[in-house]
Amino acid sequence: MDSMFDLVPIWAGIIGFGIMMYVLMDGFDLGQGILFPFARNEEDRDIMMNSVAPVWDGNETWLVLGGTGLLAAFPLVYTVFLPALYLGVFVLLAGLIFRGVAFEFRFKARTSKYLWSWSFSVGSILATFAQGAVVGSYIQGFETENFRFVGGAFDWLTPFTVLTGLGMLAGYALLGSTWLILKTEGELQSWAYRITPTLLAMVIAVFVAISIWTPLMDPMVQSRWFDQFSLIWLLPLGALLSMAVLVRALMKRQEGLPFVATMGIFVFAYLGLAASKLPYIVPPNYTLWDAASAGESQLFLLIGLLFVIPFVLMYTAWTYWVFRGKVKAGMGYH
Amino acid sequence: MELDPLLLSRLQFAFVVSFHAIFPVFTIGLASYIAVLEGLAYKTNNPVWSTLSRFWTRVFAVVFGMGVVSGIVMAFQFGTNWSNFSYTSANFLGPILSYEVVTAFFLEASFLGVLLFGRDKVPPGVFLLSAILVATGTFISSFWILSANSWMHTPAGVEMRGDLLYVTSWAEAIFNASLPYRFTHMVLASFLTGGFVVAGVSAWYLLNGRETSANRAALSMTLWLLLLIAPLQAWVGDLHGLNTLEHQPAKISAMEGNWETRSNVPLLLFAWPDQEAQSNRFELGIPGLASWILTHDVNGTVPGLDQVAREDQPPVWLVFWSFRIMVGLGLLMIAAAVTGLILRRNGAVYTRRWYLRSLTVMSLTPFVAVLAGWFTTEVGRGPWLIYGIMRFEEGLTPSLQGWMALTTLIGYIVVYAMIFTAGLYYLMRILRDGMESQPHSEQEEAPAHRAKRPLSAVDVPLEEGAR
Repeated sequence: MDSMFDLVPIWAGIIGFGIMMYVLMDGFDLGQGILFPFARNEEDRDIMMNSVAPVWDGNETWLVLGGTGLLAAFPLVYTVFLPALYLGVFVLLAGLIFRGVAFEFRFKARTSKYLWSWSFSVGSILATFAQGAVVGSYIQGFETENFRFVGGAFDWLTPFTVLTGLGMLAGYALLGSTWLILKTEGELQSWAYRITPTLLAMVIAVFVAISIWTPLMDPMVQSRWFDQFSLIWLLPLGALLSMAVLVRALMKRQEGLPFVATMGIFVFAYLGLAASKLPYIVPPNYTLWDAASAGESQLFLLIGLLFVIPFVLMYTAWTYWVFRGKVKAGMGYH
Repeated sequence: MELDPLLLSRLQFAFVVSFHAIFPVFTIGLASYIAVLEGLAYKTNNPVWSTLSRFWTRVFAVVFGMGVVSGIVMAFQFGTNWSNFSYTSANFLGPILSYEVVTAFFLEASFLGVLLFGRDKVPPGVFLLSAILVATGTFISSFWILSANSWMHTPAGVEMRGDLLYVTSWAEAIFNASLPYRFTHMVLASFLTGGFVVAGVSAWYLLNGRETSANRAALSMTLWLLLLIAPLQAWVGDLHGLNTLEHQPAKISAMEGNWETRSNVPLLLFAWPDQEAQSNRFELGIPGLASWILTHDVNGTVPGLDQVAREDQPPVWLVFWSFRIMVGLGLLMIAAAVTGLILRRNGAVYTRRWYLRSLTVMSLTPFVAVLAGWFTTEVGRGPWLIYGIMRFEEGLTPSLQGWMALTTLIGYIVVYAMIFTAGLYYLMRILRDGMESQPHSEQEEAPAHRAKRPLSAVDVPLEEGAR
């Protein structure tokens, strides 16, 4: 209908970028909550939480922006994913609310501190698992009819999505532990060095399992990867290379590189997923173009976003700059 | 009993939005108050103003934080429970809701941080400007959300092709017929809320003899404001009603409990609307007054519910009584403001304990009035989700089953009850802590590695006696 201008690729880029930003940034702070029960003592937990306290809410703004951005640019994604993941969305939101509130009150609490620690940890784990289930649901596809979801209440909770949920837990925990290597020192940093190889092994296990399972489940994915040798094989190669870099950096006890390499694993896995599924955004039936809103609606919002996104990026960069350096015990406490 | 996903989804939305609404309606008013205080502090250098501003900024921080947390759920409810509605209206509502979020981020990313943490770090002029811009931002944010809401009442600038709405005129859709009235009515309601809370808290401090000079100043200025705003709100509400009469006559009929189209319609003070019988029981009213209010003529003809097919009528009982609660509380607010004016002679307004006590209680009334007002207008829109275009049942998520909606309804009630209890408890701690314990400069207490986030701007410990 709008042959004059096609904003769908631009919007796909914006939303894709937003989701990537969210996964990388909220990933390492959700990771702190996942690692919380395994931390050695309460003092370490304080430092872990403090290392992400100044930035976590900025990280979550990408999620809200992504939610409303999808409604504006790709409404079909919004109106199929949310009903299909109805109970999962509740788990995700309840988890995020509990851990968000825990951030504030744990710092102010004395006698009830342990309650807020639990709230932070359980909230983070639930929210992460739910996000993994969203990814799994996307890969396995949705039962739709005439642009509406017509499947069941637990379609999102299958052995496959449980696997992706666990994979997300391992992945965010890995982001969290390499973040701690970057941001802490002494005993806590040594602990982070110790647990990182285990977490990496778990991530690799899930990565391999999903990579075998997905083409078996979806003929389209199978033909894309195996019909003829194509350049998309560079993406898993990039992920493997990032893993190798991570292992080497851990052995050399480097501080910054492990986190960067972990982000590399995520980016390549994410691009690999996109290469497997796009342009299908509500698989198996609907493409980005089927899911898109009217061209004039996409344009109307694009104007505002082009103005705001650079500003949000600048602010984000500035916050990370202000809070750069190692986090020490007692910092940020009163 | 069969669980009805439609009823449960409506209950869930009403619960979540009511719970969320009480926070922004307060922060919008409070943001403007803080800007005024900062303006006074900047101009006069009188420490009273900055003492008040510091204190109310701390309250603002906590309430704003709770508003953000409860608001996240709203952004997803449209999709989970009302996916057909979202699908049909996304071309318009998607960009509008996104603009609301984008405005909020822009605000938070910039000037809110300065307001909460920058008092001693930026020049006074820049700080004042930030306070003004935060207040402006809250208005812009509410403009977008009320534009979306008003469009659902008085849709315009769109055209249905297939089962999708397309925007034909952004200007007509955004500035739809009921927006100017709804926006003004809501902004004034925010001022009333902020005003009555400040007045009530100041009165409570005066009753306890704490920080007398600052709280007298606060009480005096808010009472002047309320004396102006409370009657003005009654007038704007009347205009809003006339606009509704033009575009949604059925809602007015329900508000008046008027079943038949006739002249000389009484203003009912009490009645028991009976939808089955399509009439009222136990009517008590002032003859001709409703006709006079709506047509400015005692003998004017006012449309009744007989103009509307039964299945297109809103639930009259709920609309009728919500409206009366709102108006009743509005009149009470006017009375409180006028009483304050009378007591000003000899400064009795600061010392009469019965008056200060009533003001303390009155600080809750605007919240109830706002919710009653929203129930009037939202229930009165029924059975339409988008007036004249889409009915409630057409907007519901097709795959949603009753037990799913019930599960999340209970879930949200539990989650919100826990969060609300913690938040309210903490707010009470801040109020009891008062202005006396405030540091005079942020530098002496602010650790460098502190989050730049609303609640972190407050240093009161969570538990009693834990300082």
